Amino acid sequence: MSEVDTAGWTRKDLIGLEDLSRREIELILDTAPQFVEISKRESGIKKVPLLQGRLVVNWFFEPSTRTRASFELAAKRLSADTLAMSASTSSSTKGETLHDTLANIEAMHSDIVVIRHGHAGAARMLAERHSSQIINAGDGYHEHPTQGLLDAYTIREHVRKARRDPEAGLDGVRVAIIGDISYSRVARSNIWGLTKLGARVVVCGPSTLMPPGIEHMGCEATTDLREALSQADVVYVLRIQLERQQKALLPTLREYIRLFRVDRESLKAAPPHAIVMHPGPINRDIELASDVADGSRSVVLEQVSNGVAVRMAIMHLLVNSGKGWQKTED
Amino acid sequence: MNASNSSQSPATVVMNEESVAEAIRRMAREIAAAHPSMDGVVLLGILRRGRPLADRLAAELERVTGYRPKVGTLATSLYRDDVRAGVRAAKAGGATHFDFNVTGVTVILVDDVIMAGRTARAAMDEVMDYGRPRRIQLACLVDRGARELPIQPDFCGGYCASDPQDHVSVLLTEVDGTDSVLLEQGDSPEPAPNNEDSESHE
Repeated sequence: MSEVDTAGWTRKDLIGLEDLSRREIELILDTAPQFVEISKRESGIKKVPLLQGRLVVNWFFEPSTRTRASFELAAKRLSADTLAMSASTSSSTKGETLHDTLANIEAMHSDIVVIRHGHAGAARMLAERHSSQIINAGDGYHEHPTQGLLDAYTIREHVRKARRDPEAGLDGVRVAIIGDISYSRVARSNIWGLTKLGARVVVCGPSTLMPPGIEHMGCEATTDLREALSQADVVYVLRIQLERQQKALLPTLREYIRLFRVDRESLKAAPPHAIVMHPGPINRDIELASDVADGSRSVVLEQVSNGVAVRMAIMHLLVNSGKGWQKTED
Repeated sequence: MNASNSSQSPATVVMNEESVAEAIRRMAREIAAAHPSMDGVVLLGILRRGRPLADRLAAELERVTGYRPKVGTLATSLYRDDVRAGVRAAKAGGATHFDFNVTGVTVILVDDVIMAGRTARAAMDEVMDYGRPRRIQLACLVDRGARELPIQPDFCGGYCASDPQDHVSVLLTEVDGTDSVLLEQGDSPEPAPNNEDSESHE
């Protein structure tokens, strides 16, 4: 394990998987297993003292249950103090700028700031101007890097189990991402992350929800669900963002269900070993049939469990990497 | 960081294959003598080379007492004070794993080298987060001195007088393909930083 061991983390922030090298992504994935064990402790204390006395601020401008709870638990299981701020109850409703709000949080000596914002680039903008270590928890249609990392981790665990090879990576693993590709930051982070790890990604959805030039991200694209599923080791179903569908990009929901829903029938096109993933929250029986979501091939709850461990790994690497990033900044 | 890939002055062999085996046998005899009933004794090997050492001790204990204690793995990396203090970088590594309850039993921590004592302290904190052992003891193959904390091994395979800047490397067949303990003189005249066991826990 010496290669991974000697290669440390050097970044101040985690903004997107587009920025990261394969080695950096693997470092995060390889750091996570020890944190999986902590959450599974049956007796004793489900936390470790790695972030004792640090302050992690969760700053969410968009609704979130899973991601927010996951970050908060990850911070707490590292013994950090946490502070939750939501847009509706913060001074941003009074017109305060993001920069001013963050400067004030920093005046109270925060260490990590986890931010979710509706605008692409919000996390990077703050990271470049402030000394806080920023973790992007979703910025507009741009990226949701921690989701991409926990998905890659979950896939890798299944590949390792299936191949009975504890060192196996994602090289050659086929992942089909189904649904609203255009407006999905989850799709974008997954495409960057999985292709860097050597997986072969095919995206599939209605042509109105497929961004032009998506192939330049290193994946294939199709509008035929059965073709996308035909060789998939992983079927990754995206949420149809009903709240963003006022633009009438879908003729009707019924047509979407008929052509793109992953259900027992359409899943027959996939190999029998394929697993089914979804980032949540699920629109039951719209993009994913209930019996599949709750069935034996679904790993959606494993994704959630792994999410806490992967976020612990990220915070640990950001805070405890000897502050190497400070040397490269003025 | 093994002696095998180091470019420093030639290493002195402190223990060869035979003396490593003899040291493990002696430690097992001492552990057996201290615990007339091996029932209620478990071994936790500290990554990385403490784990194969614990397995060998367990096999030897079975030969001596007829009872093979349970063995688990302790990572300690999440409890190290040097990681939190920014002295040692956070990094990937193996995970703690054992499938027994530590409450009420005697836990013997097993490591290859003891120097500062900081690994043992981290290990104790970690074990206590899992439960309340009746007793915790420490077994090390080599004590190289230079303690920074008031911690001493209960069972020790051998003592190797060394300066903090020297490198003491324990090589084990399971990890390194051979059994030996090597001492290399360090070139730095000033005392080494607080990176205990850097030669054994990469």
